[in-house]
Amino acid sequence: MKYEDLLCPSPAGLYCKPGDFYIDPVRAVERAVVTHGHSDHARSGHAKVLATRETLAIMGERYGENFAGAMQPLGYHEKAEINGVTVSLAPAGHVLGSAQAVVKWKGMTMVVSGDFKRRRDPTCALFEPVGCDVFITEATFGLPVFRHPPDTDEIAKLLKSVAQFPERAHLVGAYALGKAQRVICLLREAGYDKTIYVHGALERLNALYEAHGVKLGPLAPATAGKKADFAGAIIVAPPSATQDRWSRRFPDPVVCFASGWMRVRARARQGGVELPLILSDHADWDELTMTAAEIAPDELWITHGEEDALLRWASLNGQKARALSLVGYDEDEGEN
Amino acid sequence: MRAFARLLDSLAFTPSRNTKLTLVRDYLRETTDPERGWALAALTGVLTFDAAKPAFIRKAVEARVDPALFAMSYDFVGDLAETVALIWPSKPGANREPELPEVIDALRSASRNEVQRLLEGWLDALDPDGRWALLKLLTGALRVGVSARLAKLALADLGHVEVAEIEEVWHSQRPPYEDLFAWLEKRSDKPSPDAPARFRPVMLAQAIDEATDFAKYDAADYAAEWKWDGIRVQAASERGEKRLYSRTGDDIGHAFPDVMAALNFEGVIDGELLVMTGGRVDTFGDLQQRLNRKNPEAKTIAKFPAGIRAYDLLMDGKEDLRGLPFAQRRKRLEAFIAQLKSSRIDLSPLQPFESWEQLAHLRAQPPDGDPQIAEGLMLKRWDSIYEAGRPKGPWFKWKRDPHLIDAVLMYAQRGHGKRSSFYSDYTFGVWREDANGDRSLTPVGKAYFGFTDEELKQIDKFVRDNTIERFGPVRSVRADREFGLVLEVAFEGLQRSTRHKSGVAMRFPRINRIRWDKPSREADELQTLERMLD
Repeated sequence: MKYEDLLCPSPAGLYCKPGDFYIDPVRAVERAVVTHGHSDHARSGHAKVLATRETLAIMGERYGENFAGAMQPLGYHEKAEINGVTVSLAPAGHVLGSAQAVVKWKGMTMVVSGDFKRRRDPTCALFEPVGCDVFITEATFGLPVFRHPPDTDEIAKLLKSVAQFPERAHLVGAYALGKAQRVICLLREAGYDKTIYVHGALERLNALYEAHGVKLGPLAPATAGKKADFAGAIIVAPPSATQDRWSRRFPDPVVCFASGWMRVRARARQGGVELPLILSDHADWDELTMTAAEIAPDELWITHGEEDALLRWASLNGQKARALSLVGYDEDEGEN
Repeated sequence: MRAFARLLDSLAFTPSRNTKLTLVRDYLRETTDPERGWALAALTGVLTFDAAKPAFIRKAVEARVDPALFAMSYDFVGDLAETVALIWPSKPGANREPELPEVIDALRSASRNEVQRLLEGWLDALDPDGRWALLKLLTGALRVGVSARLAKLALADLGHVEVAEIEEVWHSQRPPYEDLFAWLEKRSDKPSPDAPARFRPVMLAQAIDEATDFAKYDAADYAAEWKWDGIRVQAASERGEKRLYSRTGDDIGHAFPDVMAALNFEGVIDGELLVMTGGRVDTFGDLQQRLNRKNPEAKTIAKFPAGIRAYDLLMDGKEDLRGLPFAQRRKRLEAFIAQLKSSRIDLSPLQPFESWEQLAHLRAQPPDGDPQIAEGLMLKRWDSIYEAGRPKGPWFKWKRDPHLIDAVLMYAQRGHGKRSSFYSDYTFGVWREDANGDRSLTPVGKAYFGFTDEELKQIDKFVRDNTIERFGPVRSVRADREFGLVLEVAFEGLQRSTRHKSGVAMRFPRINRIRWDKPSREADELQTLERMLD
């Protein structure tokens, strides 16, 4: 028996043949297991969806309550049986409700990391390594140049700039799900207790996080008030809004962007970012390699990003590895 | 090193000059001696090293990192120093993080081999920002947009003094500038400015307001001379020290060895740096071949020989003339230049006139020869002393009217800082006829000022409403024979250019007016521009 008999890539997404379900399918399917609420992993229109309660709530917020035919919530460490395949979810540390999918069948264990990070995040549960035969890892920041600095340093950078330029507004671009709430929480942890202004696109997800026990402190919409009222203020908005006409309501805004990509200067410059904040919800190179070494699976499958460098690392470290995109294509060409 | 690295990082991302000023000022306030002084020297280019060549840095990193992983990373990042700074495996705790003064001290005294050994230890101990700053410092490529002028403004701000006071003492000070900081922090007296060949803060002219100033001032009180189209310089030669300064006090002598060799006098001359062949002035385009070149080749110097056209004398031997009226300084200057008998330094002649009307006529129709390529006229009060700064009244500049053309907006790019949500940088074109008689637009220039905030909003809306394609921060807008936005562009001069597709390059282009009323097909033709050449 081969690992790809249990999980194998297909056009609709990663497919489990014995269980007849997909993990994070990119199109509507009969049965889906969804690792977390970001739209490239969580689509609407599946007949049945299994995910954490938080992920199901996020999908309901984004797509409306009828985003799927049936929803099956599963807590971390609980087990579900799907056509003889055991599925459980382990925390991935990426965003609220994010999970690794743990799939067991006939003595084989395969873990799909989804998106993950290893560092502490006040808005979600910490990643838990799960021993397995195959670990399917993401590789968004799979190059050794990506080493995210401590998040406290980045927040300190932002607060220093706010103190240094009290006549300007600080406009922080952050993805609406996860990053925005994390930035707000980190500011609170650093002792920033003033009102934080938020773009309308963040309001519902902020409320959802609050309802799940993530305290965000005093927030207010960034729409009310005169331009001068925003001097010295911090405003959090989706990245696209920071360069948009919407940003003109603020006094001489310092455009900030909270993203792991900000590690590379050219990326920040191209985006017209004046204050790059290197804050990522994805594992950096050290976290990726540390996790693979810690779990030490029989095979490491690599997806979502920079596969080549991680493959190279694996070969230097005696770890058997494959790019997920090639699984099912490289060895059994006759079957396609 | 950490604070310096953080400063470099912030400066690199900040487009606004005022913000850079605040960043530098706050850094100088928060950092102690001698680190801040060395940092200031590094930022202003007083200190440069080329202690580590890129090839060595690459070798050092490949000894620590798998070459294949390095290659993939370099390919992604695109900049060698940055890739090395990010990928270098840190060994926290292995070494103490180096402080900027000890790095600079080592670079100034150690041999190249020693530096390379030290460098590896420093890289081990620093974080990525620190490594980036160190590598930029070592390879002499800070490039964070801090001029000596900006540093001096930050110092003036720090100490609540006029920038002219900083300029006066700057050239008698050496890094790490402890005396300078002590004075600015009121811990000691102002340092003595008495250094031979130091920079004297320059006197600048106001632009004349034709509508009001001629009625206010008497023509008999003023001398007139041509406003030469080069760069303002101060040539100082005292007690064996020779310096050539830009008008902001930057030492530019290294780029002009031919001029430096001609400074055979005892005194300080104020004048215009020009390319001159056989006593005739060449265009600004020729001078550009000599600007911003650290070590010009002998061939370039021979082809574009530089010289000074003198118009004021600040020091004659040991005598400071700055307190004398212009009329007296001028007589002393004429005698001084005559005595020099230099082919590289000549006199800017006065242009006699009886009335403002006569001068206006002269300005509109300059006589043959050098005045033809002058930028306009300078007016100087006969009784004016030489005063630093830009006082109103004693000196005026009266530029020639700019050239105007009607061009069509082709591309717009998003601005920076305050303008980051506006399409504020405009590329415009004029019509060119091809072999079939079809007309298409060819870009002839780019401008990002000259319009009001209100007009900026209107153009921004036009750009967004008429976008055809987007390329990152740039949009192409609809511009054809039937439709397009006509911009009246003002510019100072035109040169042939092989770098531009149209074959011409404008000097100092700006948007003069927006011609919402004008059909795009009636914008100017490239031929009109070509006729303006020469």
